[in-house]
Amino acid sequence: MNIFIYDNTFEGLLTAVFDSYSLKIIPDILVSQKEYQDYLWANKFEINTDICKAERVWEGLEKKLSSKNINLPFRIFLSEENDNTRLLFDFIRLVFDSHHNIETDYGNPVILTARQAERKVLQEACRMLQFVRFQKTGDDIYFSGITPAFDVLPLIVRHFEDRFADQKWVLYDMKRDYGFYYDLKGITEITLREKQFDSSNGELHSDTVAENEIFYQRLWKNYFDHICISERINPKLQKNHMPRRYWKFLPEKRL
Amino acid sequence: MSNSLMQKLEILSGAAKYDVSCSSSGSNRGNKGKGIGNSVAAGICHSFTDDGRCISLLKVLFTNYCIYDCAYCINRRSNDIPRAAFTVDELIDLTINFYRRNYIEGLFLSSGVINNPDYTMERLTRIAKELRIKHRFNGYIHLKAIPHASEALINEAGLYADRMSVNIEIPTEPELKRLAPEKDFNGVLEPMSLIKNRIIENQDERKRYRGVPLFTPGGQSTQLIIGATPESDLQILKLASGLYQDQKLKRVYYSGYLPVNLRDQRLPALKEPPLVRENRLYQSDWLMRYYYFKADEIVNEKHPDLDLEIDPKLSYALRNPHLFPIDINRADYEMILRVPGIGVKSALLIINARKYRRLNMEHLKKIGVVLKRAKYFITCNELPAHQKEFYPEIIRQQILAKHTTSRSKTIQGIQLSLFDNNLSLPNP
Ligand code: SF4
Repeated sequence: MNIFIYDNTFEGLLTAVFDSYSLKIIPDILVSQKEYQDYLWANKFEINTDICKAERVWEGLEKKLSSKNINLPFRIFLSEENDNTRLLFDFIRLVFDSHHNIETDYGNPVILTARQAERKVLQEACRMLQFVRFQKTGDDIYFSGITPAFDVLPLIVRHFEDRFADQKWVLYDMKRDYGFYYDLKGITEITLREKQFDSSNGELHSDTVAENEIFYQRLWKNYFDHICISERINPKLQKNHMPRRYWKFLPEKRL
Repeated sequence: MSNSLMQKLEILSGAAKYDVSCSSSGSNRGNKGKGIGNSVAAGICHSFTDDGRCISLLKVLFTNYCIYDCAYCINRRSNDIPRAAFTVDELIDLTINFYRRNYIEGLFLSSGVINNPDYTMERLTRIAKELRIKHRFNGYIHLKAIPHASEALINEAGLYADRMSVNIEIPTEPELKRLAPEKDFNGVLEPMSLIKNRIIENQDERKRYRGVPLFTPGGQSTQLIIGATPESDLQILKLASGLYQDQKLKRVYYSGYLPVNLRDQRLPALKEPPLVRENRLYQSDWLMRYYYFKADEIVNEKHPDLDLEIDPKLSYALRNPHLFPIDINRADYEMILRVPGIGVKSALLIINARKYRRLNMEHLKKIGVVLKRAKYFITCNELPAHQKEFYPEIIRQQILAKHTTSRSKTIQGIQLSLFDNNLSLPNP
């Protein structure tokens, strides 16, 4: 039995694909160092992440995949699920092993599952565009602390950069403890040492928040309540669109 | 008019809620030179009210004072209700502060008619203009065109708006005149045609010259009230279909009638809004916009009203047994779309996937086809396998039997896809 152990980075995974071709081995198990347990009879291969190898695999993918699907591997990777790592590995090998373009061969379970996994990640990214809420701080930075189900921040910062180009903002993933700061010029990745917010719901501490912030939150909540038609109340439909797990981040639901 | 901002917002959002349009789609306004915001073509829903509807825009009336007295409207002049009006600055401040916090995609501004149509239209236009020019706001703006407002004002408003709408409300003119004696179809259709023509001209000019400013790039919409007057679904869908084709509307909204003015004898005393019928109309509307159906394939002289028990696509299939079953591996896209249980997404997957291999039921199931419904209408085998007789009434009963336990769930499930305006729908 062959085990590939990689460092849980995207480049590491691409390196694993490269090595699997050069070693002519398809691993039975592919795990990250974090999750590795000792197997008695296994052949262990430690994959040393190698940017050059990763680049070559990436370039190969660029040739084999259409522009519509070139981001699919990275998006699946962001789902951080172990099954998906394997799926991704199989997907990439399948793409290389086929002579023609197979990305829409949905009768093949690997292709279909890859597409479905990608869509789940994209849906979470989409939900962030919907449900991120900024609170203004005393020094005019718009802050949002969130905990997306997948590591989707890299997929959404561009949207916020385009849209909120004339205000400083921070988007912070409280679960993975990193975020992005936009300072009117560009975006930097940050990790906040002092947390001036409640890390369960992202609410800013009262000494950090801008003076009129709560006023606007109340106005918004007031709007939210009065735009609803009481004869049509339908909590199930509401929850379908806006699952409960996001509610704690929303002033209209929290206040 | 000395209400606090909080109270005004309460009154003027409460007065706007019966306008069901929520979309922020169809416009791709970039954020040039670091102004505030942009618009994305698909639109984004930022929240969902307790009634399950999308909140995408700050939807308010500029004022709920009105000189008219339309029977179906909560804001009519004969109603004794709290009235308010925003100031221009208040509205702009609200829009921008909500926008910066990612609460909304922009503003949907409508109004009761004060003094006269032009006076009102002028106020709405001024707010949009200030947002765009003074505050460099590139978020979404939906403006209501006030019937009978002057051509010049509507032309100007369209320069700042992403979308405009004039609501028809009552689907036939005699009924409209009965309920709103001061209104007529012309007052609605004139601005609508005007906007349509300007949009077409504008698209043409923009192709030929650089720097021509946008005119209402998100197009127009309208709303029809359902169940306040006796029109059949055939009349309603014919009207909608005409609006899509001739007036090039982007959306027609259907609003199940809510008895807001209880004691008006001209209106029916419904206990609750006709939600199922409204839903069936939305489904039919989708069939026309995304599934290549024509209005008279959905309803006709023989079946002038939609079947409330089953959705219009299933109803169509059962009325046309000679068209089924179809061969999934050969039928063309438009025919696959007509199969109950297959939506746009599955149909696209099918026509892509079948290039590589013959698809069987197992494939279809994984792709997301609802086989419980679809199985009656498709074949996957090349050989004309033993084909069960097609008995529409039996199929109907079987499908219904499966749904009676989860009927309400089905309706909501359908609505889910209807109001989901931000996920992977082909643009109209
Ligand atoms: S004109 Fe508009 S706001 Fe005024 S009563 Fe009629 S529908 Fe209502």
